[in-house]
Amino acid sequence: MTAPAHDFDADIIVVGAGPAGSCAAIAAARAGKSVVLVERGPFPGSKNMYGGVVYPRILDELIPSWWETMPVQRWVVKRSTMLLSDTGALNVDFRANAWGAPPYNGATAYRPDFDNWLANHAVEAGARLVCSTTVTGLLRDSTGRIQGVSTDRPDGDLRAPIVIACDGVNSFLAKESGLYPHTDASNFTLGVKETLALPKHVIDERFGVRDNQGVDIEILGGTSGVNGGGFIYTNLDTVALGVVLKLPKLAAQQKRPEQIIAELKRHPAVAPLIEGAEVKEYSAHVIPEAGLEMMPTMVADGMLVAGDAAALCLAAGIWLEGVNFAMASGMYAGQAAAEAITKNDVSSRGLSGYTDRLEKTFVLRDHKKLRKVPHLVLSDRVQHKYPAFVAGVVERVFRVDNPHPKPGVRRIVREERKKAGIGLLDLLRDGWTGMRGFG
Amino acid sequence: MSPTARIERDNAWPEISFEERIGTAEFRIHEKAHITVNGDSCRGCTTRECVVACPANLFVPTSDGGILFNYENCFECGTCYLVCNKEGAISWTYPEGGYGIVFHRT
Repeated sequence: MTAPAHDFDADIIVVGAGPAGSCAAIAAARAGKSVVLVERGPFPGSKNMYGGVVYPRILDELIPSWWETMPVQRWVVKRSTMLLSDTGALNVDFRANAWGAPPYNGATAYRPDFDNWLANHAVEAGARLVCSTTVTGLLRDSTGRIQGVSTDRPDGDLRAPIVIACDGVNSFLAKESGLYPHTDASNFTLGVKETLALPKHVIDERFGVRDNQGVDIEILGGTSGVNGGGFIYTNLDTVALGVVLKLPKLAAQQKRPEQIIAELKRHPAVAPLIEGAEVKEYSAHVIPEAGLEMMPTMVADGMLVAGDAAALCLAAGIWLEGVNFAMASGMYAGQAAAEAITKNDVSSRGLSGYTDRLEKTFVLRDHKKLRKVPHLVLSDRVQHKYPAFVAGVVERVFRVDNPHPKPGVRRIVREERKKAGIGLLDLLRDGWTGMRGFG
Repeated sequence: MSPTARIERDNAWPEISFEERIGTAEFRIHEKAHITVNGDSCRGCTTRECVVACPANLFVPTSDGGILFNYENCFECGTCYLVCNKEGAISWTYPEGGYGIVFHRT
């Protein structure tokens, strides 16, 4: 590792030891740069919460055979999408037992375990991890150039020519640097969840899995009329159950988040899955949900933004991903920062290798392709009218109403559409947006 | 849905008390508050987004039209300042390093 220039503590300061920060630190340290990774929690992952599934394929590059050491709860072999009406449910289930064997697909994991594991790789790569330290601002020289960060430790300034802000959804650094000019509440959702304890064999039986096989259930409807969605993920001996709620809609009604969870738990399609479970841990976190629309400028002189701090969360209905976007953007930021140090140009131009990588890979390509989807998924019709409409159609298709003959499906669709108050043109328009949006 | 089912669901309350619920999370409390609330701004506020939205239920309306705020059991999520319509009513920072919420099975 090269020594940083004499008045610097490191080449690169990474703020936040979540998936973005740790991958940035791994990439930069492996490129031979000196890296300090600053974490405000007592250990990496202690401030972090998510729904529950991580898709680690991107780690093939940084940690080959990651599945051999990664702290996994269960490997997801079953993905369900659940559409809830008041008392009914339509479940679309997909099972792939192959996902339960190498090279795997998705896994449930506790973030304190996962993030700690990833941060240890950064330490092994040579990064210096400093926990229990809150970054309080950016350091600049007299010309305004970024020179590192200040922290809440006595004599806690950390000086470096590049700062990578992986400081999460509330990123004070991105805001302070002017990269994130506005924070419109409608771009965010609140995620709240319960980690519910159940014996392993009970989870296996109720969810139809064995050993370390796991289930991922995404729910539309069932959020008490607040735009959002629900989720249920299986861990080894707990079930993670929660809801995500669009902030302005949540704030404009009377039900509190834990009451909305309680209602979801009482739904006839959900209750039998979690009956008798004890709440082991309650948690909450905000999610940047609006995708491309809300992304900040990713690069400034001496600074890069990655992960949730860069709003790199994909909330596109059937795809709910964040940790993989964080790991990828962090890795690319670390690589670009290392290149900039090598060529001695830490200006935004010298750091532009970062945005080049984002543009070329899934990180921005998925977001561009699906840019209309987050908005569509959280729109009023999809949220409040379609679950009941679809459930109503299916109910009538399967109801045997003898001696009446079976009605035609077209008639059922027309009648249920009218009952749900959905205009034909709106339905066609949403269908078109959906087809185009999902590309 | 039958009328009784509707009534039961509308009266739906969490099966554990809020205190028990919050008690499942670990908070390492620092003596210094990381969030401060400007009482004067809150007194004139009629919408009170924070009261319903804060997942930790830290904003409690008082009888004199103000808001009583407690920082101790804060998830540090940011919901309060994001939903607040009053400029400068909520000053929000992170707690001192090592303090605040500590998640374990999230």
